[in-house]
Formats: sequence, C-alpha cells, structure tokens
Amino acid sequence: MVSLNQLVAVCLMYVAGLFIVAFAAERAALRGQGGWLLRSPLVYTLSLSIYCTAWTFYGAVGYAARSGLEYVTIYLGPSLVMIGWWWGLRRLVRIGRSHRVTSIADLISSRYGKSNTLAIVVTVMAVIGVTPYIALQLQSVILSLSIFAAADVPLAEAGGDVINRGQAALWVAAGLTLFTVLFGTRNLNVNERHHGVVIAIAVEAVVKLLALVAVGVYVIWGLAGGLGETLARIDASDIGQWEVQGSRWAALTVLSGAALLCLPRMFQVMVVENDDERQLQIASWAFPLYLMLMSLFVVPIAVVGLDLMPEGANPDLFVLSLPLSQGQNGLAMLSFLGGFSSATSMVIVATLALSTMVSNHIVMPIWLALRRDGATQSGDVRNIVILARRLSIFCVVGLGYLYYRASGGSGALAAIGTISFGGVAQFLPAMLGGVLWRGATRTGALCGLGTGFVLWVFTMLLPSFGADVALSTETLEQGLWGLAWLRPEALFGIAGIDPTVHAVVWSLALNTLVFVIVSLFSFPTPLERLQGAQFVNVFDHSGPARGWTASVAGSEDLMIMAQRILGAREAQAFFTREAERQGQGRRLPEPTPRFVQALERELAASVGAATAHAMVAQIVGGASVSVQDLLAVADESAQMLEYSSQLEAKSRELTETAAQLRAANEKLTQLSLQKDSFLSQISHELRTPMTSIRSFSEILRDAPGLTDADKNRYATIIHSETIRLTRLLDDLLDLSVLENGQVTLNQREGNLRDLLDLAVTTAQAGATRPLKVLRDPQAEDIVLTSDLDRLVQVFINLVTNARKYCAADDPRLVITPRVTAQGLVIDFVDNGHGIDAGSEALIFEKFSRITGEGDGAGLGLAICREIMCRLGGEISFLLDVPGTAFRVQLPARALTAAA
Amino acid sequence: MPRRPIFLEKRGYRQRRMMDAVRLLPFLGLMLWMVPLLWPVPAGSPDPTAPTIPMSVALRYLFGVWALLILATWALWRRTRDVASGEGADHTDGQP
Repeated sequence: MVSLNQLVAVCLMYVAGLFIVAFAAERAALRGQGGWLLRSPLVYTLSLSIYCTAWTFYGAVGYAARSGLEYVTIYLGPSLVMIGWWWGLRRLVRIGRSHRVTSIADLISSRYGKSNTLAIVVTVMAVIGVTPYIALQLQSVILSLSIFAAADVPLAEAGGDVINRGQAALWVAAGLTLFTVLFGTRNLNVNERHHGVVIAIAVEAVVKLLALVAVGVYVIWGLAGGLGETLARIDASDIGQWEVQGSRWAALTVLSGAALLCLPRMFQVMVVENDDERQLQIASWAFPLYLMLMSLFVVPIAVVGLDLMPEGANPDLFVLSLPLSQGQNGLAMLSFLGGFSSATSMVIVATLALSTMVSNHIVMPIWLALRRDGATQSGDVRNIVILARRLSIFCVVGLGYLYYRASGGSGALAAIGTISFGGVAQFLPAMLGGVLWRGATRTGALCGLGTGFVLWVFTMLLPSFGADVALSTETLEQGLWGLAWLRPEALFGIAGIDPTVHAVVWSLALNTLVFVIVSLFSFPTPLERLQGAQFVNVFDHSGPARGWTASVAGSEDLMIMAQRILGAREAQAFFTREAERQGQGRRLPEPTPRFVQALERELAASVGAATAHAMVAQIVGGASVSVQDLLAVADESAQMLEYSSQLEAKSRELTETAAQLRAANEKLTQLSLQKDSFLSQISHELRTPMTSIRSFSEILRDAPGLTDADKNRYATIIHSETIRLTRLLDDLLDLSVLENGQVTLNQREGNLRDLLDLAVTTAQAGATRPLKVLRDPQAEDIVLTSDLDRLVQVFINLVTNARKYCAADDPRLVITPRVTAQGLVIDFVDNGHGIDAGSEALIFEKFSRITGEGDGAGLGLAICREIMCRLGGEISFLLDVPGTAFRVQLPARALTAAA
Repeated sequence: MPRRPIFLEKRGYRQRRMMDAVRLLPFLGLMLWMVPLLWPVPAGSPDPTAPTIPMSVALRYLFGVWALLILATWALWRRTRDVASGEGADHTDGQP
C-alpha cells in the first residue's frame, strides 16, 4: 500500500520536476537556445493535449461505464476539426499571428472593430463557462487523493475523515496559482508565448498518455487476459450493446468540435502559442492520433472495472482504483500522476488564458478609464499589467475553488464538462462568422452571444444544479413565470428531447440565427468593416490596412508609453529598429502611420488589441482614419480637382486672349507701318506738285523779261498742278471718310442703265481718245436700291481707268451685268493687256500705280473698294480673262429691296 | 492575387488534387462517424429481441475509421507539406 505521505512526496517531486523543466525552457528561450525544441511540432501537438483534462483521464471511463461509447464523441469532434484544419484552424492561426491576437476575446473584439464591450462580454462568458471546469479539475485531484487516503489503512484507522477535502483543494489551488503566476506572468511576452508553460504541459501530456496507456495495457493483458478475451468481456458486459441515442451522438460531436475552437485554453495553445503553420499541419494527424490513444483503452478499463470493482464504486476513478485494488502500487502512482498532470495542465493554461482576458479586457480598460490623463503621465503600465494579470489568476483559480466548495464536489465529471463545453461553444457563431463572413457586425455578434449565453444559462447551467437550487421545481416543471413554453428543458413546448441535445441545439441555433439576422440588418462602423475585410481576406493581404493620422503624435510620448508597457529595453530596441528602418539613424523614429501601426500591434501583444488601440488613441489624439475622414479628404480632393480644372479653363482663356492680343498687336504694327508708308507716300505725292508750283511761281516772280506766252504757260502749269493737288486732297478726304466709316449712305432707288449712262458720259467727258463702250441695254434694265451716287462713282472710276490705261489701238470696254443668286454682278472688261500676275494684289492699295503712266494719285481703286465694302458688295480683279477685267458685285438685298 | 496558369504540369496538378483531398477528408470522416446514427438502438425498439450492434463491433468500426483517417491525413501531409504552407495552394482563398 502506498501511504498518503508517500504519494504527496512523489507528487511534490513531480511538481518540482515540472518547475525545473519550465524554468530551464524559459532560460533557454531567453538565451535563444533550444528553439528547435520549443518550436517543434511535437511540443505543439503535445501542448494541444490539454484538451484531455482530468475529465478525459478519469471521467471518460466513468462516462463509458454509464453510457457506453458516447464518451468517444468528445474526441471525434476535435479529431474532425483537426483533420479539417484547412478550413478553419489555418485561418484562425494566420489571423492570430498577423493580428497578434492574445485570446479568443481579443480575436472577437478585434474582428468587430476592437470593441471592448464585446471583449468584456466574451471574457465574462468564458469565466462563467470555464470556472466549473476548473472546479472539476480540483475535484478530480481531491477525489484521487481521497482514494489513496481511503486505501491508506493506518491513516484510516487513526481517525474518521481521512482527508480534509476543502483544505487539500486549497493547497492544490494555491500550488497551481503559484505555478501559473511564476511561468505565466514572468514577462509580457511578445504574442503571449509562454515557453516554460508550454514545455511543462508537453511533459504532462506525455505523462498522462503513458499513464493511461499503461493502465490500459495492464487491464487488457494483465487482468482480462488478452485482446480477444477483453472484447468478449466487453460484449458480455452491461454496456455490451450499442445504445447511444442518435441525437446525442451528433450533438455531442458538434459540441466538442466547437469547444476545441472556442475553449480559451485551446485557443491559447492552438493559436496564440503557435509559431508556424507547419506545426498545425503536423498536428492535423498527430493530435487525432493522441486523442485516439487516449480513448482507446477507456472501454476495456470501464468494463473490467465494472466486473472487478465492488458495487457502488465510483466509475470515474476506475483508472486509479483498479490498479490500486490489484495491489499495483507503482501503476497506481503513475495513474495518479497522469490524472494530476491532466488536471494541473488544464488549470494552468485555462487560468493563463482567462487571466489574460480578464486583465486585458476588464482590468486594464477600467484602469485606463480611471486615469484620464493617459498612459504617459504616471506609473509603470508594465507593472500594472503584470499585477492585473496576477490578480486575475488569483481570481480565476479562486472562483474555481469557490465553485468547488459551493457545489460540494458532487455531480458526475462528464456533466460538468459538457456544460462547460456548451457555454464556450456559444462563441462559435461570432468567431467563425467573423473570420468567414464580412457581413458580420458587432451588434450581430453581441446579440447572438447574448442570446446563446442566456439560453445556455437557462437550459443547461441552472438546471444542472438540481431542482430548487438555482431554479425552483416549479420553474423546471411549469416554465419561467408559469409560461409553459419557457420550461428550461422543453423550450417552446417541444418536450422529450434529451436535455443536453435540447440545450445545445436551441442555444447554438438561436445564437446563430440572431447573429445572422441582426448582422444583416445592422450597419458596421468603418473600423469594423476594415477589420472584417482584413480578417476574412487574411490570406490575400496580411498587412495592416488602416493607418493612424499620427502627425500630432509625439514620438517621445509613444516612447514613454511603450517603455512602460513593453519594458525599457524592449521598447528601446523596438524604436531603434524602427528608426533604422526609416533611415533616421540614432534618433527617434518619425511617427509615421506605419510606425504607429507597428507599435500598436506590439502593444496589443501585451495588453490586447482594444486596450492598445485605446492607449495609442490617447496619445495620437484621435481615432484612426475613419471613413468619414476619408470622405472629407475625398471632398477636398474633388474641390481641388474642380479648382484646378477652373484654373485650366482660365489659363486656356488667357492663352486665347493673349493670342488675340498678339494678333491685334500685329495688326496695329502693320497699321502703323501702313500709316508710315502712307505718310511718306502722301508727302511724296504732295511734294511733287508743290515743287513744280513753287518753281514756276518763283520763275514768274523773279525772272524779268518773260514773254506773255511763257507767263501764260507757267501759270497754266501752276494751275493744273493746283487742280491735281486739289483732286488728290479730295480723294484723300474721301478715302479717309470712307475708311473711318463716317460716311452716311444715301439709299435711293434707281435703274442700273441710268447709272451706267451717267458714268460713261461723265468718264468720257473731255477725253482726247474716245473709248468704245459696249453695253447690253436689255440686261441693264435692273432696279437697284443702294447709294446710287457712290455706285456711279465706282463705275466712273472703272470706265475712266479703262479709258486711261487701255493700251489697245482700238480701246473697247464691255460692260456685262448679271443677276445671280448672290446678287448683282457687273463685269467691266476691256481689251487692254491686263495686269501682270502678282500685281493684282496691289492694285487696290492706296497710291499703287502699276506703271508710271497716268496722272492719278493711285487712290481710285482704293476708294472703289471702300465704297463697295460700305455698300455690302465687293470689287475684284478677274484673272482668267483676256484684257483688264473688274467685277463689281452687289448683295442680293440691293435687288430684293427693289422687287 | 497574381494570375495563375489554368493548366499545370503533372506535378502541380497532382499537388492540387492532394490539397483537394486534404479539404475533403474531414467530410469523409464526418460521414463515416455519423454512420452509427443508423444503427439500431435497443431502448427505442419495441422488440427486445431485435438485433443490436455488439460493443466490440462498434469499437472496431469507430477506431478503425479513426486509424484510417489518421493514416490518410498523415499520408496527405507527407505529400503536401511543401505546398500547403506556401502560397501555391491558396487557390480557394479570398472567397468570402
């Protein structure tokens, strides 16, 4: 027989061994050694084995003894989830790594816009759901101890109650707290990795597997006499038939699969402590293997236990009591250590995970809210965080202990485990919905969680205490407030379902339904939408998508805060690294959005996303860029675009104006040149007659003895020159009037023939060389409305030109009027030699005379052009006609007005 | 996401099919493990002499499936361990 003292001694040695292993692992990790072991897939898989708690180690056998193979569902669900790692776990692990998630509450809060409300809800639910489970572990340790105590004959004979259960539980709880505080809060580690704890639970995983397999092998080959014998015995036993209800089979499989994903301690080892996705891939077959080995010997142990153990023995403890009853003390000791390992590893990790949640999502936000002056002002946040975490560990273990004392250590292990699973499974819709569906919103998650939680408490947790403890018998039988459809075990009047199935189905179904419906009809905040997109599309872009507007954030303030949370050395190392990346040398890094983002992630690894976000927000002085900000920026850009397009239009206008101005300037320059040449022309034209007038008048005055004939001749020259001068001045005056547009047109009606008659007569008057004018009186019978005097002036000019310059021997002029659609066209064609090509452009210019002949001032055609312009018509020179040909055109209105 | 070729050489094709198997395996496991839903349960049966499934058969079946699934997962891991953690096999990602 093993004495209780021996047992306690072995147990203490075992614990001391664990402490040493954990301590060595911490030291190695600190020195950067042993990475291959700490990060090995084997350790990762073994750490996952905290899924197998004392509930598995002891409870599975009891479960099998009571309900046959139903216990196996608790391991089938997780096996399926691991085998299907590609669908869910891979995503969770990737998100956990890229967002530095510290707990399941952190994951959910981070996904739904870093909502601390949600984090608090999840934390509270997790604490309520897991506390019974922790109590269960304490209970199993105490039960196993009491088995040994009962077997310890001398002690049993010495006094009545062999073991003070309450005190023993307190000691166990204190020991577990000490271990967790020592190795769980040594440092605020990046990503919440706890190498010491992980190594310790890996060792414990090996111990519990070995213990269970050893007991199983002993039972099969030592007690039952071989495999075939055992199977025969199984078939012959009370549980020798398949009698699992289908609904329980399916519901428990689903529930356990959900629990694997949602249990805070599983999340801790599976996601938070994960280093590499390859670990997950290996765990996808290694962890089901572990689970299979753990459940392989359960039925044989149960059956042999039922056979060999006395009536009324607690089947939950067959693993321990069976070898003990056969006198196998060593095996019993090993079995005890296995059970002890299962219980302690679960409590340590669960406490760690819960304390992280409690301190990050409840204690820290309250602390931050109480000091409005912010994290930079006073106090060492780092110490506060660690203190908060230690307090939380005390609270969680304390709650477990209180629950154990309150429940009196009663109830089958399996029932408590299932209830706990049901509670944490309520996270599943919000969590999976959050990482798979972008439409999931914070409100939806809150409502779904609330619904599921209330239903779980009402249908599963409260009835589990038994009638008249939490719920009165009346409520259980008649429904809440006497409403029949509110009976805890027959909601909506649907009775006859297995209570567990009933609770699981209703709570999860309504949870999911409310979550989806509220999500569909609510609208997420901008941060929520950004986080949602990042979580759902984590494989597309793992980088951060939102930035801080960090221009106002002082790097120094951030540095001070980071030092207080991360520790001075870590913070300085981080800042130096960032400064180097920015190329800032040894100075503080610029608070670029990217830097602040990185810092926030770094802080989130220590205090959780929501708290880190709030802390950075306090310093940076505002939330991150919201969609409203983006809209404002977009508005500004639109305004700027508009402005610039306006500027463009203005500049185009200016260019046009400048071009116009340039054109005008060119025209003015030309006009000025024209004026100059006109002045020089006119002075020349005036000077020639003036010179001859002066010369001859001087001769008349000064030369004595002139004959009368001479005098007469000279006076005639002077006279004719004066006439020429006068005519020139008249023409100039006329042109000037026409060009200035000051002329007033005297519109009259008349016949073209009369006009031409007048013109030809006037032009021929006093001519020495008569010009033969050929006309068509018939065609000339056209009535015109125009300034007839001016028109006659043009005709006279043209006829006179023909008379003067036609060099033919028999000069003739043909005048042909034609009425066209555009108006009246009159051609004046003579039989002279025409005008040289190239000169026709000049003939309408002032003072242009083609040859030196003639006495005109060269203003006639210029005046004609001006007149025709005023009358709305034109005069042109015809090129392709023999002789000199001019064409006078009058607009159609000159005809229609008459018609 | 970079454009991927529509047709792959044999090796790449085989790896993709292996990843398909990785994805489908949990569903096979679920189906096999839900077979016990079809087994007769003596409690619900009116005839007490109705045939039932002996425990040894149930044990063999369930643990047989378990071992099969573990072997299959292990074999698939051996075939796909280089692919799955890389980006090459992520062709189902990005779909919400």
